Amino acid sequence: MNHLSEEQLILHYYDEEEDALAAERHLGECEACRALYGSLQRALNVVDSLPVPEPGAEYGEQVWRRIEHRLPARRGARWVWALPAPWRWAAAGAAFAALLVAAFLAGRFYPHPRQAAQLAAADPQAGERILLVAVGDYLERSQMVLIELANARSPGSLDISAEQERAVDLVSENRLYRQTAGHTGDAAVASVLDELERVLLDITHAPSRLSPGELDKLRQRLEAEGILFKIRVLGSNVRNQEEKGSEVAPRAAGQKL
Amino acid sequence: MELTDSAIVTKARLGDADAFRVLVERHGRPLFRLAFRMTGNQQDAEDVVQESFLRAWRQLGRFDDRASFGTWLYRIATNCSLDVMRSRKRRSADAQVEDPVLSLPSGDPTPERVAMSGEVRERVAEAMDELSAAERTAFVLRHFEGMRIEEVGRALGCQPGAAKHSVFRAVRKLRRALEPVASGAR
Repeated sequence: MNHLSEEQLILHYYDEEEDALAAERHLGECEACRALYGSLQRALNVVDSLPVPEPGAEYGEQVWRRIEHRLPARRGARWVWALPAPWRWAAAGAAFAALLVAAFLAGRFYPHPRQAAQLAAADPQAGERILLVAVGDYLERSQMVLIELANARSPGSLDISAEQERAVDLVSENRLYRQTAGHTGDAAVASVLDELERVLLDITHAPSRLSPGELDKLRQRLEAEGILFKIRVLGSNVRNQEEKGSEVAPRAAGQKL
Repeated sequence: MELTDSAIVTKARLGDADAFRVLVERHGRPLFRLAFRMTGNQQDAEDVVQESFLRAWRQLGRFDDRASFGTWLYRIATNCSLDVMRSRKRRSADAQVEDPVLSLPSGDPTPERVAMSGEVRERVAEAMDELSAAERTAFVLRHFEGMRIEEVGRALGCQPGAAKHSVFRAVRKLRRALEPVASGAR
């Protein structure tokens, strides 16, 4: 038998070699292969020595407590999943229409982003807090559009023109926040906003009807870039900063008094 | 009788958060170990675990009942870990990478053992960091999680051949990098 290749030895180590008996026999007879195999085993034993913290038995419960309140509600999911498919689509359509109305109303009553950026520029301290609130809100709205697209399903082509319109608005807001974050030296915020802008731009430039394949590609891109995760991490940081700011503000006011 | 993952997923899909809680409690610890092996950092591993379950909850509608929930969840967790690793590479210029082992409880080793094991750990961590994302993922799933190469391919969404080559490359690189340390440890 010829010498065993390194690949064969690796498969043998993991017990996935097709002819394990022949490999074993060869190792018994061939010193060179035995030496190579020994070197492989020793290296992998060293890798095994890297310790891993062992989570306690209650770890799963702790994780649950941390995520429970962050699970997006599967509102009405119970009865929707019990419905026949055509009714499910009708229910989804009605829910989407309600969402559009909510988005329209939110758009009318939220403070204009330009105002937030102008205030931030005028008074850096108060402005920083206003900007945090505005960016936090902006991230939530962006996240909503991306989640809807990531979770959209359709047997045929899917009309995403409504999401595209929202993406157009989000792109113009994004530039303002990104520039302001750049001016205030917040590189992490600016970097995520930059990535988000590129994703939003791609959505606005996509055809308004996506085939299942195109939709799948878009989903894969969202997942590959992990943009939703990054938005969530940034959103959570922004919320923490907001909370810290609101804790500090009353104390500072009290000191002045 | 303990319900199977598949039966619990069916309930969770119907909006039953308590059912999903069972999945979190059942898979939380193995998922943490996977995330730690992937990221080499406890805090990042915690974040990956939480994010993986959140993604799983959102994507339950897309889960194929014929597949294993654990494999599907591992796939989500490997993607989250890769996100974290990529973003950490970008941050690494600004901050020093935390030694994952410093916070571990000590087993009262001798000073010599501390020095030696510290160096070995460092070399192993460096060697692992030298692996590409695909190599590291495939290696962690095959070596630490004990998945067959075919399963690794399924978890990574690639052909078994591609998974096999990622494992080969990873082991080859590790063997070469750790050869001097491994010979010394003999």
